[in-house]
Amino acid sequence: MTVTPILELRGIDKSFGPVQVLHDVAFSAYPGEVTALVGDNGAGKSTLVKCIGGIHSFDAGEYRFEGRRVQVNGPRDAAALGVEIVYQDLALCDNLDIVQNMFLGREKRRGPILDEATMEEMAARTLAGLSVRTVKSVRQQVSHLSGGQRQTVAIAKAVLWNGKVVILDEPTAALGVAQTAQVLELVRRLADNGLTVVLISHNLNDVFAVSDRIAALYLGRMAAQVRTTDVTQSQVVELITSGRSGDLGLATTNGATP
Amino acid sequence: MTTALHPEKTAEQPPSTVDGIRAVGRDYLDRLRGGELGSLPAILGLVALCVIFAIMRPVFLSNLNFANLLTQGAGSIAIAMGLVFVLLLGEIDLSAGFASGVCAAVLAVMLTDQGWPWYSAVLAAVLTGMLIGLVLGVLVARIGIPSFVVTLAAFLAFQGIVLMLLEEGTNISINDPVILAIANDNLPPVLGWAMLGIGVGGFAAVQLRQMRNRRRRGLTTAPPVLVAARIGGLAVLGGIAVHLLNQERSRSLVVDSVKGVPIVVPVIVVLLVIGTFVLRRTAFGLHIYAVGGSQEAARRAGINVTAIRVSAFVICSSLAAVGGIIAASRGHSVDPNTGGSNVLLLAVGAAVIGGTSLFGGRGRLINAVLGGMVVAVIQNGMGLMGYSSGVKYAVTGSVLLVAAGVDAVSRRRAVRR
Repeated sequence: MTVTPILELRGIDKSFGPVQVLHDVAFSAYPGEVTALVGDNGAGKSTLVKCIGGIHSFDAGEYRFEGRRVQVNGPRDAAALGVEIVYQDLALCDNLDIVQNMFLGREKRRGPILDEATMEEMAARTLAGLSVRTVKSVRQQVSHLSGGQRQTVAIAKAVLWNGKVVILDEPTAALGVAQTAQVLELVRRLADNGLTVVLISHNLNDVFAVSDRIAALYLGRMAAQVRTTDVTQSQVVELITSGRSGDLGLATTNGATP
Repeated sequence: MTTALHPEKTAEQPPSTVDGIRAVGRDYLDRLRGGELGSLPAILGLVALCVIFAIMRPVFLSNLNFANLLTQGAGSIAIAMGLVFVLLLGEIDLSAGFASGVCAAVLAVMLTDQGWPWYSAVLAAVLTGMLIGLVLGVLVARIGIPSFVVTLAAFLAFQGIVLMLLEEGTNISINDPVILAIANDNLPPVLGWAMLGIGVGGFAAVQLRQMRNRRRRGLTTAPPVLVAARIGGLAVLGGIAVHLLNQERSRSLVVDSVKGVPIVVPVIVVLLVIGTFVLRRTAFGLHIYAVGGSQEAARRAGINVTAIRVSAFVICSSLAAVGGIIAASRGHSVDPNTGGSNVLLLAVGAAVIGGTSLFGGRGRLINAVLGGMVVAVIQNGMGLMGYSSGVKYAVTGSVLLVAAGVDAVSRRRAVRR
């Protein structure tokens, strides 16, 4: 496929003090697809995501968005491009309702007064657009929601703000079986609606269930970025644990054993 | 909105009235079971206390006592309303009592010693309150000292400042007729009715407009019967109160005629309406709740958490200044004890008994008023029954403890779900 990726990183290096966390990492994500980002603990997944979200700056490399080279110097720059990150801890206010959480910090107003009706309409429309049926009322307090529903609200919040690229950090880590299925269904629907989805996950079953591409990080290097249909689960495990699998993955360097 | 999203029309049939009321009732019961008791314990407590005192001491129900109750409670209610803002953030202001004392002392010095007109003196007192709040807020939110420590230190320091302002303990009497009128004079009966009419009319207009607006957009609304009940309830309760207060309550008509709504009542009502509007209808108010709910979520949403926290302390101390002015008016003078002794504890008690959570994020201004009434009824009723101050303090303290316990238990239930 020769579609240009909406988000493309080339040759990213990132160090924290003396520790180099990312080495010459390339990463791309395409509209209408779910790209899974996998890797063992400490492989650099979170650092890469924080670089994409503008929370960390990188030392070298190119950040390209919709084919253009861009400068991302902070979270607001990333949000302006349409990159929304849903963090694992969700960051929702328990004492506010769904609408208030979705619009927090970016409320619609008429004069000094909050325009509750418009916000409620937009929130309901966004949830309906994602075919969310698990939420009874958008005026429910978040403290009354289940883990899956909270995740849904956090994702809907990202979509509401015109997110073009939605990055989900371990969205199913804390969920039960049924709720995981709901959230994965939602993830798939986001991509089917034309959004670019980056899914960080430890769970290869989830990854194979919803992703179109898999990017495997190994010790701060991009071991391989492959189409999900071209690999088996055990090949991905090898990529995660040793950086290579058959002719896939990192070339052996310095005589290191694969 | 992303163009690829196709919003489905989710037009629901408006539920029938009976179903609507049932749904509202069910939601309310769910909330109670979930541990969100709100003002319910305070309202039940208020009713129970009134019944008990009315049976034990019929004079409790007299017109004179009813008016007394309102003016007794007004000062700590004003301070309690300010405390709600700080409590919503999960912080505490232990210095609010003496902050009101400092502001009252400033008022007295300006008014009596310097001979300023009343409006300049009031302005000076309120500005003093704002300055106090700014200092406290900056120490808490910018420097990062726990509010408990900052305001405990301020509690001590302000006590000293009151003494200095009053030149080692002399008291300054207030002679300005306008200031004295606040807590001691009454509205002409006709004006009381007019204000009630404006209040109920305004409330009805806001409610009906909101309902029409939401219905036009196809959003769910509260059942019309419930809205009518709210408006009717306000009109009836307000009407009874105004009617009772408009009765003659002078002990001997020869000396003077005393009737009408005490002027502090509309003062408190105006503060309540403005404050509730700010908290429930503006982005600023919403951000106070958000910071109280989760500072991290608020920060990530781009809210200036420091500014919100500082402003809550400014509002708290400013309302403490209003409380101080009311206290000065009621006492006809300011002495080193103004705002001291139990004033702070009664105010914190009022906010918490009314249903404001000590853990932040939950509470409304009306809580402070209801809780303040409970505290005032306890003080007043037990006084009538001839109990000593010691017993009054002990009982009020116990009620505060019970209220905080209810808060803690209901919070645990809410978290456990």
